[in-house]
Amino acid sequence: MKKYIIQSIRLTVVLTVLLCVIYPLLVAFVSKFSAGKGNGETITLNGKVVGYANVGQKFDQPQYFWGRPSAVDYNAAGSAGSNKGPTNPDYLKQVSDRVDTLLKYHPYLKKGDIPADMVTASGSGLDPDISPAGAAIQAKRVAQNRGLDAEQVSQLVNEHTEKHLFGPATVNVLKLNIALDQLKK
Amino acid sequence: MNSEILGVVASFLITLLIAIPLGKYLAKMFAGERVWTDFLKPLESGLFKLAGIRPGEPMDWKQFLKAMLTINLLWLVYGFFVLIYQDKLPFNPDGNPGMTTDLAFNTIISFVVNCDLQHYSGESGLTYLTQQIIVMFLMFTSAATGIAAAVGLFKAFRDKTTTNLGNFWDFFVKVITRLLLPLSFVVAIILAFNGATASYKGKDQFISLQGDTVNVSRGPAAQMIAIKHLGTNGGGWYGANSAHPLENPNYITNITEIVSQMIVPMAMIIGFGYFIRRKKLGWVIFAMMMVGMFMLLIPTISSELGGNPALTKLGITQTTGAMEGKEVRIGPLATGYWSTLTTIVSTGSVNGMHDSTMPLTGAWQLLGMMINGFFGGCGVGILNYFIYLIIAVFISGLMVGRTPEFLGHKVEAREVKIAAMITLLSPFLIMAGTALAAFVFNNYGDADWAVKPANWLNNPGYHGFSEMLYEMTSANANNGSGFEGLGDNNIFWNVATGFVLILGRFLPIIGPVAIAGMLAKKKYIPESAGTLKTDTFTFGVMTLAVILVLNALSYFPALALGPIAEYFSMK
Repeated sequence: MKKYIIQSIRLTVVLTVLLCVIYPLLVAFVSKFSAGKGNGETITLNGKVVGYANVGQKFDQPQYFWGRPSAVDYNAAGSAGSNKGPTNPDYLKQVSDRVDTLLKYHPYLKKGDIPADMVTASGSGLDPDISPAGAAIQAKRVAQNRGLDAEQVSQLVNEHTEKHLFGPATVNVLKLNIALDQLKK
Repeated sequence: MNSEILGVVASFLITLLIAIPLGKYLAKMFAGERVWTDFLKPLESGLFKLAGIRPGEPMDWKQFLKAMLTINLLWLVYGFFVLIYQDKLPFNPDGNPGMTTDLAFNTIISFVVNCDLQHYSGESGLTYLTQQIIVMFLMFTSAATGIAAAVGLFKAFRDKTTTNLGNFWDFFVKVITRLLLPLSFVVAIILAFNGATASYKGKDQFISLQGDTVNVSRGPAAQMIAIKHLGTNGGGWYGANSAHPLENPNYITNITEIVSQMIVPMAMIIGFGYFIRRKKLGWVIFAMMMVGMFMLLIPTISSELGGNPALTKLGITQTTGAMEGKEVRIGPLATGYWSTLTTIVSTGSVNGMHDSTMPLTGAWQLLGMMINGFFGGCGVGILNYFIYLIIAVFISGLMVGRTPEFLGHKVEAREVKIAAMITLLSPFLIMAGTALAAFVFNNYGDADWAVKPANWLNNPGYHGFSEMLYEMTSANANNGSGFEGLGDNNIFWNVATGFVLILGRFLPIIGPVAIAGMLAKKKYIPESAGTLKTDTFTFGVMTLAVILVLNALSYFPALALGPIAEYFSMK
C-alpha cells in the first residue's frame, strides 16, 4: 500500500509537468501563428478594436442589424443560454413579446415572416450570427434609418451571407454592420 | 438544409474512418506488439523511472484495483485543497475567488470521476492555475484510469487461465503518451487555428461598434477542449461549454469536437475484439451499440427539426427547427446529433442547451445516460456493457437450461450477484436521489442555503421535475451535462451529487474488473457443441433486449413523470 502511495505522488508530479506545463505551452506557442495569435480574432475599424469576429455583441440601435436575443445581454465576461423549457408559460410570453417588438420596428412584416432564431435566445448568449432570413427581414428598416436604398442594403446582406459546404448558412452581424458603416462614407 | 445533412453525415463517416484503425492500433499497442509510436518509449521509461514504477510487474485484480484507487484518492484530497485556496495561488489574472467547501467537494469528485458536472462557471469560478493543474490534468488522468481499467479486463480474457491483469501503471501511462496526449495536441491545434483561444492572456476590454464597453473572457481553452472531448470528459473552459463561440468557433471545429468525443469509445470496442483474439465478438458488440445509438438518434433529430409546437402556435416560422438554446452556425441538426452522442458516450459537453430541447429529446438524452453502455465513456463504456453481457449470459443460460459460460469460463453465483448489484445500483442512485431532491423541494422550500430549494427550478411543472431527474442521472452516469436551469450550486446538490458521482463511478469499475479477475482464474472450458456462443448476432440481439428491458422497467415511471408528461401536455 505504502508503495502505491509513493508511486502515485511521484507519478502525479511528473504528469503535471508533462500535461499541465509542457503540453499547453507548446499549443499556446504554435497558436501564435494562427490568425488571432491564440488571443481570439479581433476586428479593427479605424485603428481601434471594435470587437471579436466570433463573439456576438449587442446591437439595439435602429441603424444597425440586430443579433439574436441573449440570456446574458451579450456580456462576454460570462456566457449562458436561457435554459427555458419549451412549455414554460413565462418563456412563451417572452417570445411573444419579442415578436411584438420586432413587428413594431418592422411594421412591414407579418408574424409568419419572422424566423425562429430572431426571437429565441442562443446557447451561449454570444451568438455572432443570424440566419440569412433573420437579416433579410431587417434590411428595409436599416435602409430607412440610414436613408439608403433598400436594394443596396439587401445586396450587402447577400454579400455577407456565408454559405458553407458543411453546416447552415450564416450572417455575421458585426461584419455586416461594419460594412454598413463603411458604406456611408 | 442539405449542407446540414451533409455536415452530420461527414461527421459520422470521419468518426468511423478514424475509430476503426485506432481500435486495431490500441489492441496491438496494449498487447506490447510493435507499433509506430514505439519511438515514445524513452519518454515512457523516463516517466516510469521518475515515478519509481516497474511497468513489467504483474498485478492480480486486487493489486490492480488498489493501485487505481490509491492514485484516485490522492487526486481527490490534493485537488480539494487546491480548489479551496485557488485565490491565494498564482495564475489568477481575473482575480477569481476560492471555492466554498461544498463546491470544492463536488467539483473535485466530478473531475476525478470523469464526469465534469460543473456547478460553477469557468469564467468566474476557476483560475488559470486550477483550470490547468486540476481540471485539465484530471481530464487526461480520469480518462486514462477508465481505459486502463478496461484493458485490465481485456487482459483477463486474452489468456485462457490467468491471475495477471497486467500492470495498471503501465496501461495508465501508455494511454496518455500513446493515445490521449498526441491526439489532444493535434485537435488543440485545429481548434486554435479556427479561432478558439489558446494563449494565457486575461480578460480583454473593448468599445463595441455602437459604443458599449464590453469585457471578454479568454484563456488557454483550446488545450482543454481537445482533451475534454478525447477523454469523454465534457467540462467546458467557458460556462456555455461548446456552444461558446471561442470554444467552438465554427462548423469545422464542431465536426472536430464531435468526432473527438466518439473515436476512443468506438475504438475500445473494436480493440477489445482484436485484443482477445475474438474479432467477431468485438464487431457484434460494436454493431449492437450502433443500433442502440440510432434508436436514440433518429427520434431526437426528428423532434428537434420539427421545432417547438408551442412556438408554432404563436405563429413563428421554424423552418430551421427549434432554435432556443442553439447557435446559428451549428444549427439544430448538428446540435441534435451532438446531444445524442454526448449523452451515450458520457462526455456531457454541449453545443446547445439541453434544458431548452424538446420534451422527447430530453427523454432520449436521459435514456442514453441511464443505459450508459452504447459506446459509453472512455473505457467505462465497455465495462458497463460487460455487466449487461454477464446478465444476458445468465438469462440465456436459464432459458436454454445450460450452465452459463462466458468466453470459456463458467459464470457462477458470485459473478452474477456482483453483476446484478451493479445493475441495480444505477436505478437506486438516480431514483432515490431524485426522490430526495423532490422531497426537499416540496417540504423545505425555505431552507437557508446558497440557493433556496424553492428557487431551484428554472421551469415549472413537469419540466422542473426533469431538471432534478436529469441532474441525478447525469451524476450517476458520470456524464456531466445538465438541464442547466437548475440552481445547483448549494450544499444539497453539491453534496448529494458528490456521493452519487463517486458511487456511480467506482463501483461500476470495481465490479466488472473483479468479475473478470474471478473468471480468468477459473479453469478454461474448450468450446463444444453445448456452448452458448456469445459472438453471434443472436446473442447480440439478446443482450440488446436485456438492456432495453432492464432500463425500460427501471426508468419508465420516472420518465413518465418528467419529459413524457410534458410531451403530452403540449398536445
